[in-house]
Amino acid sequence: MSDHNITLAEDAIERKTTTINLGPTHPATHGVFQNIMELDGERVVSSDQTVGYIHRAFEKLAERRPLYQITPITDRLNYCSSPINNMGWHLTCEKLLGVQTPKRVDYLRVIIMELARIADHLICNSIVGVDAGAFTGFLYVMQYRELIYEIYEEVCGSRLTTNIGRIGGFERNFTNTAFTKLEKFLKEYPVALGELESLLTRNRIFMERTIGGGPISAERALNYGFTGPNLRAAGVDYDVRVHSPYSSYQDFEFDIPVGKTGDNYDRFLVRNQEMWQSMRIIQQAYNKVQEFKGTDAEVYHADVPEYYLPKKEDVYTKMEALIWHFKIIMGEVDMPKGEVYQSVEGGNGELGFYMISDGGRTPFRLHFRRPCFIYYQAYPELVKDSMLSDAILTMSSLNLIAGELDA
Amino acid sequence: MAISNEYIQQKLTEKFGDQVFNFEDTYGMLCFEAPKDLNLKVLQYLYDEPSLGFQFLTDLCGVNFPENPNRELAVVYHLHNLVENTRLRFKVFTPVATPDVFTATQLFSSANWMERETYDFFGVNFVGHPNLKRILNVDEMDYFPLRKEYPLEDQTRIDKDDEMFGRG
Repeated sequence: MSDHNITLAEDAIERKTTTINLGPTHPATHGVFQNIMELDGERVVSSDQTVGYIHRAFEKLAERRPLYQITPITDRLNYCSSPINNMGWHLTCEKLLGVQTPKRVDYLRVIIMELARIADHLICNSIVGVDAGAFTGFLYVMQYRELIYEIYEEVCGSRLTTNIGRIGGFERNFTNTAFTKLEKFLKEYPVALGELESLLTRNRIFMERTIGGGPISAERALNYGFTGPNLRAAGVDYDVRVHSPYSSYQDFEFDIPVGKTGDNYDRFLVRNQEMWQSMRIIQQAYNKVQEFKGTDAEVYHADVPEYYLPKKEDVYTKMEALIWHFKIIMGEVDMPKGEVYQSVEGGNGELGFYMISDGGRTPFRLHFRRPCFIYYQAYPELVKDSMLSDAILTMSSLNLIAGELDA
Repeated sequence: MAISNEYIQQKLTEKFGDQVFNFEDTYGMLCFEAPKDLNLKVLQYLYDEPSLGFQFLTDLCGVNFPENPNRELAVVYHLHNLVENTRLRFKVFTPVATPDVFTATQLFSSANWMERETYDFFGVNFVGHPNLKRILNVDEMDYFPLRKEYPLEDQTRIDKDDEMFGRG
């Protein structure tokens, strides 16, 4: 971002701007984003975004589905951290139904959510590295994301779109293999994160590319509805985990890292620090989970027969379980009436679920507050007067996920 | 430290009298409504009044209630006071025949796209919006898909010949 401007006399040269079409499937934008940019040389004069290329009408679809069938829809919002979306949805349903989850379930959820946060930030930060010219770091950390995906796989059977957990808890208990894999991750990951930091954080090229790029002040960020790491990089310490604790986050000790200028470098640093904090939370949660002994260690869901599928052997041998199984699968359980808003700290900000139930079997209205959608509006303001290549960097450092943006 | 719901209700009633009504506590969150021509006045008051300070627009969305005559469409604002950590929900209703509601873009830059989304899906016409056009759907679309008059396919319909999946 160094400035080598030559001052010219008025009318010394003829000024001309170029209009370019960046996207929707440009190799430099990670996802389906279209930007029409007016360039003066390599400098962005103004830009306008088009969104909606992968709109899949999730809110409409949700109006015809029983609660458990909406979980796979939420997977496809921010697909870099699907488990957080899933948990947020379960928490919303539990709030509406008045379900109290056992502590062990909360802690297991915290482990999964923080793993998802690390996977999300890891992708974002290493991609920022890629856009600044360091491809190696990105390929190198992929094997550590793989460790996280293996834990998901052990817990729920899938990797990217996880559909993890159920209303009231998890579909099955964590196996010993899952815990072994978690231990392996806790041991190996800090080394790799340290290496990623030593590759980028004080790297001269990286610093020159990112410092001062795409800055936003705290006031503007708040007015634009920024949340998550992007807001914290601007210096506002708002974190849903602390402000409205869910899933027993109040039992954990962790810090909220904040930045100062809200530029690409601060966003990078905030995400890196958050990964260290997530490691802290996971370690604490794992310690707490290990304190449960005997039958307490067998608890992995709350008792909600109306929504939690009974065990398969009970379905075949017990009348009651068979009835519940049928009713749940066919979506024949009426929900209580009510209006509920529940938010969780997603990978890139406050992910909110606003559900209105009219007492039927499906939500009357479900609205997702997608953090990406709200803060992407600020993009023209962020990249105005910056170089085109810095605009690309700004886009990846905002952690825009097309699936979440377009819902 | 949070501002109590009773206090917010009392302040609003002092200022707007019976123009603000239907106060409810929904799972701990205060919820109320006002006539649609007052929406900006209420938002501005909540924003400016020092003891309230709801300066963060968390969410803005539409809802369609086809069974409420003259109150078919609702615009729902979720506001947040980040300092005192208090949230509230504020609604305005509008008839579907004249869906004009004042825009909140002067107060919150974040309202821009959220209002466009609400227009796109419900057809709420935000008066004064700088760029009110469709955002997620194609520009050529001539209806508002999230309204209840456009149902999704009924999964229990039996007129389809589909032997593989038990409908035949």
